[in-house]
Amino acid sequence: MHYLTIKNNQSVPVSDIPEVSYNAFLVLNTGMVVESPGRHCVNYFGYRDDEKIKLICCIAGDLDHVIYISSCLVDTHMELASFTAKNLCFEKFEREIHENFGLKYSDHPWLKPVRYSHDRFDKSQTMANYPFYSIDSEELHEVGVGPIHAGVIEPGHFRFICNGEQILHLEIQLGYQHRGIEKLILEKKQLNQLATLAENIAGDTAIGHSVAFAHVWESLCGFETSRDIDFTRTVALELERIAIHTGDLSAVCTDIAYQLGSSVFGRLRTPIVNFMQEWCGNRLSKGLIRPGQNKIPFTQDLAKRLSEVLDTFEPDFTEMNKELFNMPSALSRFERTGVVSVEDASAIGAVGMAARASGVTRDIRLSHPHSLYPELNHEPIVKRHGDVYSRVAIRRKEVFQSMKYLRTLIANVPEPSDSTNIKALKSPGAGLLTISLVEGWRGEICHCAITGSNGELKHYKIKDPSFHNWMALALSVRNNEISDFPICNKSFNLSYSGHDL
Amino acid sequence: MFNNLSILYHQGKQFIPDVTTAKVPGIFHGRPVISMVKVDEIELKELCPVNAISVNPVSIDLGKCTFCGECAMRFPEKISFTTDYKISVNERKSLIVKEGDEKQMTVNPDKVRKELHSLFGRSLKLRQVSAGGDNSCEWELNASNNVQFDLGRFGIEFVASPRHADGIVITGPITENMAEALQICYDATPDPKIIVLVGTDAISGGIFDGSPAIDRSFLDKYPIDLYIPGNPAHPLTIINGLLDLTRKRK
Ligand code: SF4
Repeated sequence: MHYLTIKNNQSVPVSDIPEVSYNAFLVLNTGMVVESPGRHCVNYFGYRDDEKIKLICCIAGDLDHVIYISSCLVDTHMELASFTAKNLCFEKFEREIHENFGLKYSDHPWLKPVRYSHDRFDKSQTMANYPFYSIDSEELHEVGVGPIHAGVIEPGHFRFICNGEQILHLEIQLGYQHRGIEKLILEKKQLNQLATLAENIAGDTAIGHSVAFAHVWESLCGFETSRDIDFTRTVALELERIAIHTGDLSAVCTDIAYQLGSSVFGRLRTPIVNFMQEWCGNRLSKGLIRPGQNKIPFTQDLAKRLSEVLDTFEPDFTEMNKELFNMPSALSRFERTGVVSVEDASAIGAVGMAARASGVTRDIRLSHPHSLYPELNHEPIVKRHGDVYSRVAIRRKEVFQSMKYLRTLIANVPEPSDSTNIKALKSPGAGLLTISLVEGWRGEICHCAITGSNGELKHYKIKDPSFHNWMALALSVRNNEISDFPICNKSFNLSYSGHDL
Repeated sequence: MFNNLSILYHQGKQFIPDVTTAKVPGIFHGRPVISMVKVDEIELKELCPVNAISVNPVSIDLGKCTFCGECAMRFPEKISFTTDYKISVNERKSLIVKEGDEKQMTVNPDKVRKELHSLFGRSLKLRQVSAGGDNSCEWELNASNNVQFDLGRFGIEFVASPRHADGIVITGPITENMAEALQICYDATPDPKIIVLVGTDAISGGIFDGSPAIDRSFLDKYPIDLYIPGNPAHPLTIINGLLDLTRKRK
């Protein structure tokens, strides 16, 4: 066997992962993805192992609910055949490996910088000299936008090649938000510091990332979560989904200049985030999730409050949606705008809500469920058209679905475990690898950790759903009017900081 | 038409009539109060993830604090967080709350530049720059503009171009990769202009302090007009801070 099969949140000794030749590694992993649409690459990364680079590839089997892990040791001066040439979904991973370690690929079609990390291999590559794709033509023109945008949002540079008003090509340069999180996680020693870093990866996904981190840490320490801990995390994840989806509905209304929708959805988000604050003191739930503990238990009183909040939220949310989805002027902006085909979405390895809007059934809550998701029997909401409409409509449906889950969950609030009974977290085991997958509101979040001989963190790899989905945005705007770019962008609402780390 | 009216009717009144006295729901980590009780100070100091706690006397630097609440949970007899969200100040040292301090935190009127009231008291246009911000402070800045908090009613707005702005609002620890863009944006803003730092990351670097990927040299060059702490800063902290800075006092 050339690979090891593990479950979500399982720790295995790194030494148990078969190490194969590069050629076998390539054939194995690209083969697994090409053969079955039910498999996709959740993480592929490298780390220094003495003078060499150890590559680890993790392919998730969505239908068999397992993750296949294989590894390979390569020299930095070797020129390698790329996975990308066989399957496009590896392109971003290989660019990252190239940027970090200088590994050369003979046939990678698009070996461009990813995020200009501070410890990149080639320091002569700088933000200022990004190699944009360009076309030499009298008829076409280029439009550059950013890094600072018109609104209050994060920075990134968009370079359009247009024929008149029509976009032919969009290239997105990222990296402005790079804070060196993966390195800081290895340097900071206190657990609370690591948890704080995890919730600052992307502030709008504080829950998603801190749950992924907590799972990694607990698995490394051999800690079994109690029901109340799992409950807290499931409730928090679904609340985060409702809050951000509702805010996004407001944002798309703003972009089609629909004032009523913009105001109403904007104000509907407030009771949800205020409920988060009632629970934990922070509107984005920073400080709520910590490994090995149920820091701020969800009480019966909170359950009562939440059901009141949902009961007043739902009629207003329903009424506003009915109006929006029956309004021809809104629909004409949403429908057939920013289409990502199902072929493109699966080819680039799109994840989460954006992938489901294009007809790709990919949802960690179903394929690799954790916490209380197995009990919820989650059924992913999938749309077919892959346009702005699908991405907007999926949010509406997911909000209703999350409300249903929350109501089921809070009907049965578990007692917080007796604090005298709680076993303290041990320190992480030595020489382990753990992988944790969480379905945040944007999609699949993947954290992967490797410990050294003393149980210290040796490598930490974070993958935000935006990592792949930025490419989906770039593809979606092709042949659209440039004036439709904002609404395409909002319909994805991707994270810059989660990508840049 | 009738549908629209019905929606409007169902929303009722959403805006907060008085943003200076509104109450925040539930628990909130606002201005901390530190009692004079003796506790194991070393343990207290060391539990903080961002080194915000100092001893002799025990104090919390709100410019560094991420408001995780850990200290108040472990030492409830020593530290408690009030729901007082008015914690914006215009001097870095005023962000440090010492044991026994009970007084409110305010903008020191003597340190506000004279021209600010007359120039920006009724209309203030700001250009926001996120330089490594994680989209939480950006999110709350946007929320300050929603129908509930409605910052716009005070004549304070975020504009698309630095050329239209009276100042810049920085979020995030200022990444090396964003340092140049920030400088260009600042230079493009016409004088006189203000600088506002929003959030722990912007004020001190927060959890990212010391990371080789950040470059905070921009902040050494210019005076800072307003510090708005929080992780992220609450809209009411943001609005009250900006009003305190620019409004004429009676
Ligand atoms: S609340 Fe602030 S001072 Fe207290 S532990 Fe957290 S970061 Fe430190």
